[in-house]
Amino acid sequence: MVVGLIGPNGSGKSTLLKAIAGVHTPSAGSIRLGGKPIRESASHVAFVPQREEVNWDFPVTARDVVLMGRYRSVGWLRWPGREDRRRADEALARLGLEGMGDRHISQFSGGQQQRVFLARAMVQDPELVLLDEPFTGIDVKNREVFHGAIQDFARAGISVLIATHDLAEVQATMDMVMCLNRRMVAFGPTAETFTPGNLRTTFGGQVAVFEAAS
Amino acid sequence: MSWLTEPLEYPFMQRALMEVVIIGVLCGLVGCFVVLRGLAFIGDALAHAVFPGVVLSYVAGRSILFGAFIFGSLTALGIGILSRSRRVSEDSAIGVIFAAFFALGVVILSRQGGFRQDLGSLLFGNILGVSTTDVWVTLVVALIVGGILLGLLKEFTLTAFDPTMARSAGYPVFALDLLLLLLVSATIVVSLQTVGNILILALIVTPPAAARLLTDRLSYMMMASVGLAVFSGVAGLFVSYHAATAAGATIVLTATGVFLVCVVLAPNHGLLATSRARRRGRHHAHHFHTNEEIEVS
Repeated sequence: MVVGLIGPNGSGKSTLLKAIAGVHTPSAGSIRLGGKPIRESASHVAFVPQREEVNWDFPVTARDVVLMGRYRSVGWLRWPGREDRRRADEALARLGLEGMGDRHISQFSGGQQQRVFLARAMVQDPELVLLDEPFTGIDVKNREVFHGAIQDFARAGISVLIATHDLAEVQATMDMVMCLNRRMVAFGPTAETFTPGNLRTTFGGQVAVFEAAS
Repeated sequence: MSWLTEPLEYPFMQRALMEVVIIGVLCGLVGCFVVLRGLAFIGDALAHAVFPGVVLSYVAGRSILFGAFIFGSLTALGIGILSRSRRVSEDSAIGVIFAAFFALGVVILSRQGGFRQDLGSLLFGNILGVSTTDVWVTLVVALIVGGILLGLLKEFTLTAFDPTMARSAGYPVFALDLLLLLLVSATIVVSLQTVGNILILALIVTPPAAARLLTDRLSYMMMASVGLAVFSGVAGLFVSYHAATAAGATIVLTATGVFLVCVVLAPNHGLLATSRARRRGRHHAHHFHTNEEIEVS
């Protein structure tokens, strides 16, 4: 299932994602995944951060970045093996980056870098994938590859939660939508929840809603 | 040939040689993370903050490593906790503390006789005066620090590259950061005798900074960094012997020379390579629109 998380700037989209990812600790309440506290299932949550949160000067290749998704399964004091590398290359190929595994991460375009991070999420064998503003500055071609990968997750029974500003994207491609403005305004199947009324409540005056004349 | 063999007839030169090789390997390894994490300023602060520890053990007639380790660990923990709270501007707070610690060391030392000479050897190192015990202690510390760094290389890499993902994957990021600061601190402490408080940072930062210019892979960078650090140490030591210059400072200048060569000649990031690429890029600019792969921003 693909869930869109929408809301104005400062509404808490990123914060909610990071709380689910275990980066932030909630000040009240608890987060559970499949009935277990999220901390215990940390390795089952794959988080794709915003671009600014990564150190792009770090000397790592695309394959190195994807292999980071295997670190948790590999465990302390061990190194990823041949099978891990094979899976990393396979994930890169699935995202249209075949044969580019040896390139330094800064040699890719913004959209390609996002695809490398999505490949990393793939090899984590997650139950839940969290994407923080993945469509920012992405061109049409990258968007297509992205949709393919997200559909792959959904078909494999993996839930995908996407925080985004891109309302058209939510309406066209996501199964469910959560409207957030410092509290949850609405949550449900996109067809029922993505309504002019809910959008106005969520975004206040910041969004113009054009209703199709019927 | 005698240029190389003659100095080694002296036991003090043999010990100095062993010391710079061990220190070179250690600083080359640990320095990679100091450079990649942007910890140069914190490293400098650590080096100055251990000074009162050095002075106190010196005054008490103990090995200077003893006091330096205590002050180094305390400062590393202090900086780690400080950088977590984020209430104070980290830079200023570190600046205030390390200057104060350093001054404290100078004040304690100034109460002793023979102030100038002692100050000199503590500030600028005394590689020719290392004892066999010092070499052993350095070796043991280097094995421990190097072992921890290589054992946790995967985790240190992940927390340096993408701390958000490291936290979401359940890694104890704060503990790993503290551990890294402690490793840097231990490296600084055992290297103090080679080049002293003021110049130690050059030994930790310069070789990895040069190595970073040579490669885009962490493993190669670490190997190159170790190689350059050992080379600078050994070459600087021999030059200082023949030119009768201060050993620590000569080693630092050798490392700086190696760095400058890399800045100019490095294959992809060097000045020559980038200016050549720019010239070629202008020449073939029209290809950029047809080649899908070159979407580089």
